Amino acid sequence: MKVLLCISHVPDTTSRIRFTDNDTAFDKTDIQYIIGPHEELALTRLLEVKEQIGDLNITVLNVGTAETEPTIRKALAVGADDAIRVDAEPTDALFVAKQIAEVFKNGDFDFIVTGKETIDFNGAQVGEMVAELLDLPSISSTSHFEIKDGKALLEREIDGGKEEIEVDFPFVSTAGKGFAIEPRIPSMRGIMQARRKPLKVVQPVEQAAKTKVNKFYLPEPKGACKMVDAENVEELIRLLHEEAKVL
Amino acid sequence: MSVLVYTENWDGKFKKSTYELLSYASEIAKMANTEVSALTIGEVAEDELKTLGTYGASKVLVLKDEKLKDFIAKSYSSAISQVAKKEDAKIVVFANSVSGRALAARTAVQLDAGFAPGVMQLPSSLEPFVVRKKAYSGKAFADYELMADVKVLSLTQNSFELIENAKDIAIEETSVEIHDEDLRAKPKNVEKQTGKLLITEAEILVSAGRGLKGPENWGMIEEMAEILGAATCCSRPVADLGWRPHEEHVGQTGKVVAPNLYFAIGISGAIQHLAGVNGSKVMVAINTDPEAPFFEAADYGIVGDAFKVVPALNEALKKFKAGQ
Ligand SMILES: Cc1cc2nc3c(=O)[nH]c(=O)nc-3n(C[C@H](O)[C@H](O)[C@H](O)COP(=O)(O)OP(=O)(O)OC[C@H]3O[C@@H](n4cnc5c(N)ncnc54)[C@H](O)[C@@H]3O)c2cc1C
Repeated sequence: MKVLLCISHVPDTTSRIRFTDNDTAFDKTDIQYIIGPHEELALTRLLEVKEQIGDLNITVLNVGTAETEPTIRKALAVGADDAIRVDAEPTDALFVAKQIAEVFKNGDFDFIVTGKETIDFNGAQVGEMVAELLDLPSISSTSHFEIKDGKALLEREIDGGKEEIEVDFPFVSTAGKGFAIEPRIPSMRGIMQARRKPLKVVQPVEQAAKTKVNKFYLPEPKGACKMVDAENVEELIRLLHEEAKVL
Repeated sequence: MSVLVYTENWDGKFKKSTYELLSYASEIAKMANTEVSALTIGEVAEDELKTLGTYGASKVLVLKDEKLKDFIAKSYSSAISQVAKKEDAKIVVFANSVSGRALAARTAVQLDAGFAPGVMQLPSSLEPFVVRKKAYSGKAFADYELMADVKVLSLTQNSFELIENAKDIAIEETSVEIHDEDLRAKPKNVEKQTGKLLITEAEILVSAGRGLKGPENWGMIEEMAEILGAATCCSRPVADLGWRPHEEHVGQTGKVVAPNLYFAIGISGAIQHLAGVNGSKVMVAINTDPEAPFFEAADYGIVGDAFKVVPALNEALKKFKAGQ
C-alpha cells in the first residue's frame, strides 16, 4: 500500500513573528523551520500503522523551494521511505492543492494524508481542496487512524462529538488532534539513512492565484496585567463586572 | 447577485453562532446593496426558521433530501454549491467550525472562488475584496485579497456581534442532485452531544493546566464553569496525559478560541498555548508563580494557589450571581 503524506515547512512554534518589506512578507531572519505539528503526528501514526500491517510505503510531499529540503530530510530521518518536492514558491492554498492532486494522479498512491491546518496560514483548506480536485471522499480533523483487514477505519472530530468512519481507498484524511500523541524524533541511524533515501524534484503545474496577502499586522501590545490580591477575590469579580464588563 | 449563508442546524435548532453568521452576512449585504439568503439542510420547524429573519435573512432555503441525512463533506458541499449557483450568490459565508471549514474549502473549489478562511471582521473593501484574518496561529493578522468573481468566507466564532435587523422572511424549499458516489465516507457511528455548550461558542471559558496536578481536581473547575454558564477547556499536556478529553485542548495545535472571558488556572502561558487563546477579549490568570508568562498576556491576575483561590472565587461568584 502507498500513502502520500503532504507536509508543511513552517516556523517553529516558539518563533517570534516579524514582517519585512513594509509588512508584506514574513521575516525569515533567525527562524527555525519544522515539519508542521499535525503532519509530524500524522507521520508518527503512519509509521505505527506500517509496523502493524507491514506493507505501507510512506512518500512525503512538500510544495516548496529548495529551502524546504532540510524539513523533508527530517521526515525521511523519522522514517518516511521516499520524498517528492514540487519545486515552486506556493502562491496560495489552491496552488498547493493543485500540485498535490497532480502528484497523486501521476503516482499509484492508495490514499493521501495532510495536516488539518498549517500553523502559518491557518487555512485548514488544502486537504479538502485536494479531495475536491480529485473527487475523493475526505475525513477532516481525523482523530484516530487505522488500517485493518485492508480497510481504513477512522474517527473524526465533529462539533460537539465524534464520528467513526470506514472508508474505501482512495481517500484524503486531514490529521488533527489525537492522530498520534507524541511525535517520533529521528534516531542517529535514521538521520544517516535519510541522506540516501530518494528525494525527487518535480516541476509545478500552472494554477493562477485566487487569493493573496496584501499586508500583515502584529497585534496591538497589551496593557499591563492588573494584579488582584489572592485574599480578595471579590475585587476580581468587581473588576470583571464593572471595569471589563464581562461578568 | 446575493449573499448566501450556510446555516447548520443541530437536530433542527440553530445556535448563537448561526445568528453571528447572519449578522455578519447582512452587514456585507448592506455594503453590497443586496439581500441575504440562508440555506439549511434537514428538518427545521417554521418558528425556528423564522428566527433567521431577525438577524437579516430575507429568504431561507430549506433542503430536505434523504441522501443528505448524514453529514458528508462531499455531498453537503455539492448541495451548497448547486444552491449558490441557482441563487447567483457571489459571496458564500460559512461558520469556521470543524464542518464549516471543510465545506467552505470544497465549495470554493466547486465555485472557482477565492476563499478566506477564519475571517474576523467585515471586509475593508468590496472592490478589491479585502478581508482580515488571523495568521501564524494568532500571533499576527493578514489582510487577504480575494481575486475571483465568487468569494467564500468562513467566520471565526465569537468574533462578530449579533446585530438585529428584522426582515420578513420567505421560506422556500429547494432541491439539488446528489450522486451516490458523493456519499462515500459515510459515518458508521456518530456520538454527538447536541445540548452541550461548545468550547468554540462559549462566551466564558474556564481553562486549567498541569498546575492542577491530576484529573481528580477538576471538580472545582467544573463548578466554576457551572456557576458562570461557561465551558471548560485545558492546556495540551492535560489532554495528552488523558486528564481531560482531547476536544478540550486549546492552543496552537488544539482549538483556537475567542471568548469574552478566559480564565487560565495553573497554566504557564507557553507561546503555543497563548496563540490559541489570545483572541479572548479579557483574560484572567491564576498561578502560584509570579513569573509565569501568562501574566504578561493576561488583563487581570492573581498570584496564588488554585486550590485556595478557586474555591474562594466560586463562593464569591455564587453570591455575585445570586445578587444579580
Ligand atoms: C509543537 C508544539 C505545539 C504545542 N501546542 C500546544 C497547544 O496547542 N496548547 C497548549 O496548551 N500547549 C501546547 N504546547 C505545549 C506548550 O509548549 C506547553 O508545554 C504547555 O502549554 C504547558 O501546559 P501547562 O501550562 O498546563 O503546564 P506547565 O507548563 O507545567 O504549567 C503549569 C503551571 O501551573 C502553575 N501551578 C502549579 N501549581 C499550581 C497551583 N497549585 N495553583 C496555581 N498554579 C499552579 C505553575 O506555576 C505553572 O505555571 C505545544 C508544544 C509544542 C512543542
